[in-house]
Amino acid sequence: MIHFVILNNRQGKVRLTKWYSTYSQKERSKVIRELTGIILSRGPKLCNFVEWRGLKVVYKRYAGLYFSMCIDQDDNELETLDIIHHYVEMLDRYFLNVCELDLIYNFHKAYYILDELLLAGELQESSRRTIARLVAAQDSLVETAREQASLLGDLVKQAM
Amino acid sequence: MIRAIRACKTAAEERGVVRKECAAIRAAINENDNDYRHRNLAKLMFIHMLGYPTHFGQMECLKLIASSEFPEKRIGYLGLMLLLDERQEVLMLVTNSLKQDLNHSNQYIVGLALCALGNICSAEMARDLAPEVERLLQFRDPNTRKKAALCAIRIIRKVPDLAENFINPAAALLKEKHHGVLITGVQLCTDLCKASVDALEYFRKKCTEGLVKTLKDVANSPYAPEYDIAGITDPFLHIRLLKLLRVLGQGDADASDLMNDILAQVATKTESNKNAGNAILYECVETIMSIEDNGGLRVLAINILGRFLSNRDNNIRYVALNMLMKAITVDAQAVQRHRATILECVKDSDASIRKRALELVYLLINESNVKPLTKELIDYLEVSDQEFKGDLTAKICSLIAKFSPEKIWYIDQMLKVLSEAGNFVKDEVWHALIVVISNASDLHGYTVRALYRALQTSVEQESLVRVAVWCIGEYGDMLIKNVGMLDIEDPITVTESDAVDIIELAIKRHTSDLTTKAMSLIALLKLSSRFPPCSERIQDIIVQNRGNLVLELQQRSIEFNSIIQKHQNIRSALVERMPVLDEATFIGRRAGSMPPTVSTSSGASLNLPNGVAKPSAAPLVDLLDLSLDDAPAPSSSGGDFLQDLLGVDLSPASNQSGTNQASKAGTDVLLDLLSIETPPVQSSLSPPDVLSSIQDNKSPVASLEELALPSSLSGQATTPVGASPMMDLLDGFVSNPPKPENNGSVYPSVVAFESGALRITFDFSKPPGNPQTTSIQATFTNLSPNVYTDFIFQAAVPKFLQLHLDPASSNTLPATGNGSITQNLRVTNSQHGKKSLVMRIRIAYKINNKDVLEEGQISNFPRGL
Repeated sequence: MIHFVILNNRQGKVRLTKWYSTYSQKERSKVIRELTGIILSRGPKLCNFVEWRGLKVVYKRYAGLYFSMCIDQDDNELETLDIIHHYVEMLDRYFLNVCELDLIYNFHKAYYILDELLLAGELQESSRRTIARLVAAQDSLVETAREQASLLGDLVKQAM
Repeated sequence: MIRAIRACKTAAEERGVVRKECAAIRAAINENDNDYRHRNLAKLMFIHMLGYPTHFGQMECLKLIASSEFPEKRIGYLGLMLLLDERQEVLMLVTNSLKQDLNHSNQYIVGLALCALGNICSAEMARDLAPEVERLLQFRDPNTRKKAALCAIRIIRKVPDLAENFINPAAALLKEKHHGVLITGVQLCTDLCKASVDALEYFRKKCTEGLVKTLKDVANSPYAPEYDIAGITDPFLHIRLLKLLRVLGQGDADASDLMNDILAQVATKTESNKNAGNAILYECVETIMSIEDNGGLRVLAINILGRFLSNRDNNIRYVALNMLMKAITVDAQAVQRHRATILECVKDSDASIRKRALELVYLLINESNVKPLTKELIDYLEVSDQEFKGDLTAKICSLIAKFSPEKIWYIDQMLKVLSEAGNFVKDEVWHALIVVISNASDLHGYTVRALYRALQTSVEQESLVRVAVWCIGEYGDMLIKNVGMLDIEDPITVTESDAVDIIELAIKRHTSDLTTKAMSLIALLKLSSRFPPCSERIQDIIVQNRGNLVLELQQRSIEFNSIIQKHQNIRSALVERMPVLDEATFIGRRAGSMPPTVSTSSGASLNLPNGVAKPSAAPLVDLLDLSLDDAPAPSSSGGDFLQDLLGVDLSPASNQSGTNQASKAGTDVLLDLLSIETPPVQSSLSPPDVLSSIQDNKSPVASLEELALPSSLSGQATTPVGASPMMDLLDGFVSNPPKPENNGSVYPSVVAFESGALRITFDFSKPPGNPQTTSIQATFTNLSPNVYTDFIFQAAVPKFLQLHLDPASSNTLPATGNGSITQNLRVTNSQHGKKSLVMRIRIAYKINNKDVLEEGQISNFPRGL
């Protein structure tokens, strides 16, 4: 299973974290610090796997962003790389040419997408189209709710 | 807000902004502001991501979740998953909301609840909500079904007992067409199989065939853009199916048979030029390796790994190495074929690959290939990175120790490792090397020469220096005289002063640590006896160290100096070559995870002709350096060698408590000597104990005793070295108030000591004009029917007293009271009038050539002496 997902940039700033195994807040920041150190210092030609505390961290760099996932010792590393790629493609499709700023200002959207892709540390859906559809459907639900709210607000104002 | 934070140039500025925001959010929370709650929480999440504490926002999550609107719920659940973890008690409060949402009519809200449950549920929540999840597994919407399946995985991971409830619904999921549901269903089955044996049996019987068919369909399916990755339809589904088949096939021949065909098909047909294809192949190989034996498939699998191994992509090589480690238990022969490639991988520039490869090589090595492979590894040691050297060295050392075909090879390889990476070698390893060297008596000369040569080039390797110093100390004479020359060596000429030079170098190098320096000192002491011409120079070096700031070295130097100066007669015996270290004990100790000291008091047999310590003294001194850590003498007072012998003697004894009787007795005696508080009664109890151990003829104590005796034996009445340590030992006497004795103005004779057959009487007299001094004439009488030979009387007094012993009239004590030995003692009491005399005595003699030791304390001296 995937124990956690960390997304950070080249400077080591964390852009997204998701924990599927239990780590206390203290452990979390320790893990992040430790792993960013290891991963950022690895050269571009090296393999994408790091052995760490009896687990494996699979990471991949996309432009200035590092996507890392921590998996069990006997999980399939190559598949995890594909999952990372899958996620990046989803982000790309959703934001239309995703960049770091998208992830900063719309970090909650990035989480929503991740929640449709992974659950309980396991892959949930292999179809990009389905994920996109689900996220879009929920977004529109939010939109309609907002519109209704503002409509309601207007009505209240008019009535007054 | 995000913009404001991003605009901050320094960390301090950022903290300021965050603090302000947090304050605003807290205020909003207090006002119970409904409209902006979700925005505040979003801000909080961002702040949380930056690593600031956000615990005050936890209740807000719950409020948002409890609201009826979807946007609020959505952000609330997100906050719940981010800000909380399963151990927080707040989480319990959310169980009810979750239950409501799981039953909500809106499938997206159900989805949100499932998502939260799957990511953070605790064991308690899992129990409470398992029925809801079970129901949702049959929900009409596939997206809800797949989420419920993954939730079920989390639940059975938390509470394995619940697995049974999920078996049937999970089996139903395997018949789905929707890929998302299928993937999660397969995953759920895999986890169920791990959690419960019943589930495994059930799926094996009912589902294996169906799964094989599904896999066949997926593998043969035409191009499907929705699931396509790099030309392969849904590799994720492939991999999960293969994984489940692996679990089902493991240990079951029938199930394995069913899947053979499809595995062969996947293994041969899958494209391997893209990552996705390789991922499938990798999973397939693992499945082939795990299921029941099928020769043809295994060959196929190993060939795929061979292809992987020669791939240029580091990732692929990494997984290949990883898989070969598993394959080695199945088919070692096939893996051996790739040995050369694997060995290349050890030298890769990538740390992950190196580590894997090294572990694999470690497994690959056996008796037949250990020589060439070790050579390769050692060659590589020269050029490897610093941070890799530690790992590599440890592995090489353990290989050498495990498979070495002969001792000379072992020694050769270890020397190479020591010269290359001596600083990375662990203590146990070089201790073991010394044990081996000491056991290989025909290689002593060869080893010491090889070490000497190695030391010329690699002085900076600490453990090499230590081993070399030890060997030169022990076998220095062989170094000079080229004893035991082997055909393969080049002859070298080393003069005595060369050998001393090299040790001097070791002791003077500022990087040498305490252990090395201490070992060097001992080596010097040994050389001083082996190389008489250099004795002067050695003494100089030792003297230089008398001022050393480290107490241990200072003390040692002073002792050794006095050995060289004053005890020429015993020195050669004292520094004799160590007896062969006991390999079995050493290995046993290591296996028993005892503290790693090499000290081994092997049965250095003692025969004590006339008061000269035999070899056992040498191991004692040597033990000292090897087990330096625990060597410090138990008594605090200053430096003299007797005490140190005691200390040394004590430390191995206490370390190997109970391993042999001798050392136990050693401790006893020491306790006796040192425990001043013990009443005399107790000390009279101990002799039988001591006696028995001496009969074992292994006791280091006896030699200690002999060593302590130079003064009384050689007839020098006033050897400070001999006498002062004894006084030191009895320091504590001062605190022991002397018992008020029977009156007596003119000093009457007293029976100072009486045991079964031995009586000692003291007659006192005072020389005129000197009240502090008392002359004592001791008379020893033997009441037993046996003659006592080699009779020795020793006495020790506290510091405020000074004791001079004159030679005894004889050292044979006739039987049945037919005569006696007399010996004069002169005691000077520096605190005359304040303190009474007190004395501790020990008598050693032989009955029919058996050693007997008696001791006691005399406190019944008349008052006023």
